[in-house]
Amino acid sequence: MTIYDHISANRRRTWLLMFLFVVFVAGVVELIALALGGGYIAGIIVLIVAGLFVAISYYSASSLVLSLSQAKEVKHDENPDLYHVVENLCIGSGLPMPKIYIIEDTAPNAFATGRDPRHATVVVTSGLLQKLDKLELEGVIAHELSHIKNYDIRLMTLVVVLVGLVALLADFMLRYTWFGAGRRPSNRGRGEGMAGALILVVAVVAAILAPLAAQIMRFALSRGREYLADASGALLTRYPEGLARALEKIAADKEPLEVANKATAHLYIANPLKGHESWANNLFSTHPPIEERIQRLRAM
Amino acid sequence: MSAAVWVVIAIAALVVLIVLFVWGLYNGLVRSRMQVRESWSGMDVQLKRRYSLIPNLVETVKGYAAHEREVFENVTKARAALMSAGDAKSAAEANNQLTSALKTLFAVAENYPQLRASENFMQLQKELSDIEAKIAYARQFYNSNVMSYNTKIQVFPNMLLARPFGFTQADFFAATEAERAEVRVSFEKKTA
Repeated sequence: MTIYDHISANRRRTWLLMFLFVVFVAGVVELIALALGGGYIAGIIVLIVAGLFVAISYYSASSLVLSLSQAKEVKHDENPDLYHVVENLCIGSGLPMPKIYIIEDTAPNAFATGRDPRHATVVVTSGLLQKLDKLELEGVIAHELSHIKNYDIRLMTLVVVLVGLVALLADFMLRYTWFGAGRRPSNRGRGEGMAGALILVVAVVAAILAPLAAQIMRFALSRGREYLADASGALLTRYPEGLARALEKIAADKEPLEVANKATAHLYIANPLKGHESWANNLFSTHPPIEERIQRLRAM
Repeated sequence: MSAAVWVVIAIAALVVLIVLFVWGLYNGLVRSRMQVRESWSGMDVQLKRRYSLIPNLVETVKGYAAHEREVFENVTKARAALMSAGDAKSAAEANNQLTSALKTLFAVAENYPQLRASENFMQLQKELSDIEAKIAYARQFYNSNVMSYNTKIQVFPNMLLARPFGFTQADFFAATEAERAEVRVSFEKKTA
C-alpha cells in the first residue's frame, strides 16, 4: 500500500464514519420513538440535526479537541527553538507551517489535529520539551507531521467527536442510570413507572453503545497508521534513532496526562492514560505496543 | 450493422483511449515538473536568506580581524557566484564553495576571543546554523522531488512521450559530505 492509497483510504473512512454516525443516531432515536408508540417525525428531525452536527464537527472538531486538551497557541518569539524545529521539518516535507500549541503538563506527549495540511495544528506538552533533546524532539515532530501529510489527522479528530464523545456519554449514562435505578424507591404510581422504563431504555442503549463505539474506534484507526507515521517520520529526519529514543523516554515516564481521556487518547503519539489501565481503557486502546515500535525503528 | 461500421467504432474507441491516456500522462508529468520547480524556489528562498546574512557577518568579523583579507575575499567571491548561479548544478557548486569559505572564516574567528564573545557574532552564528539546517531540509525535499520526476520521465511508456514533449531530467542539488557532517554536528552541539 502506498501513501496515496493510505490517504484515499482515510478519505473513504472519514466519509463512512460521518455517514454511519448520522444513520446510527437517527436509527437509535427512531427505534426508541417507535417503541414508545411515536411516528417518524422524531427520526427525521434527528436525522437533520445529526447531519448538521457532523457538518459542524468537520470544520470545528479540531478547535474542540484543542480546548478539551487545554492547549495554548505559541508564537515564534515565545519558543523559537520549537518553532524552528517544526519549520525545518515542514521545509523538508513540503508542508505548510502548522500552528503550534502547548499543553502545560509534565507528562511528555504530543499529537496533531486539523482537517487538512492547511488547517493543521501540532500540539506538544511542556513535559515533552523539557525531557527530550533536539534530535528526539525532531523525531516526534516528524511523526506528527507525517500524520498531517497522510490526512490521518482529519479521521482521528472526527473520531474524537463522533465516536469518542459518544463513548464518554454512554459511559456517563450507564453510571447515572445504574445509580439512579439503585436509589429509586420501589413503587410510586404510573409516572414513576414511565420514568423507570425510560431509564431502563437509556441504560440498555448505553450498555450496547459503549463497547460498540470502542469497536468502531478500533476499526477506524488501524494500528498500522502509527507504524506508518513512525516510518515516514524517520524518512524525513533521516534518523530513526531520534524517534526511538523519544518513544523510550515517553514509555519510561509513568505519569498520566491529566487532560487526556478515552475520547482523545488515540490522537497522542503514545497512550497518555498510564496507570489507569482498566478493562475499559484497554478496550479503547488503539496504540500499538511501544516496544514493538521502538524495535521497528531500530531495525530501519 | 456491417463489419465496416464495427471496425470504425473500434478504431474510434482506440483513438479516444489513446488520447485520454496521453492526456493523463502529460498532466502527470507537468504536475511532477511543477513540484520540482516549486521545491527549487523553496530551496532558493533559504539560499537567499543565507547570502543576505553574509555581508553583515563579514563586517562583524572585519571589525576584529581586518587583516584577514583572503578569507573575506573568498567568502565574497563564493557569495557572488551563488547569486549569479542560474541552475541547480551551478548553485550547488557555488553553495558548496561558500560553505567551505565560511568554514575558514569561522576557523579564523576562533583566534579572536573578543570576536567570539561579541553578542552580534554569536547571534549571526546562531542564525546561520538555523539557515544551514533549513537548507539541508529544503535540499532533501527538492532532491526527493527531482528523484520522483526523473524516474517518472524515464520509465516505460512515459519516456516515449517525455522527450517529444520536452521533459528533460532535472539536476540534483548535491551536497558535499563535509557539509552534511557539519549540519549534524551543529545539532549535537546544541543538545549537549
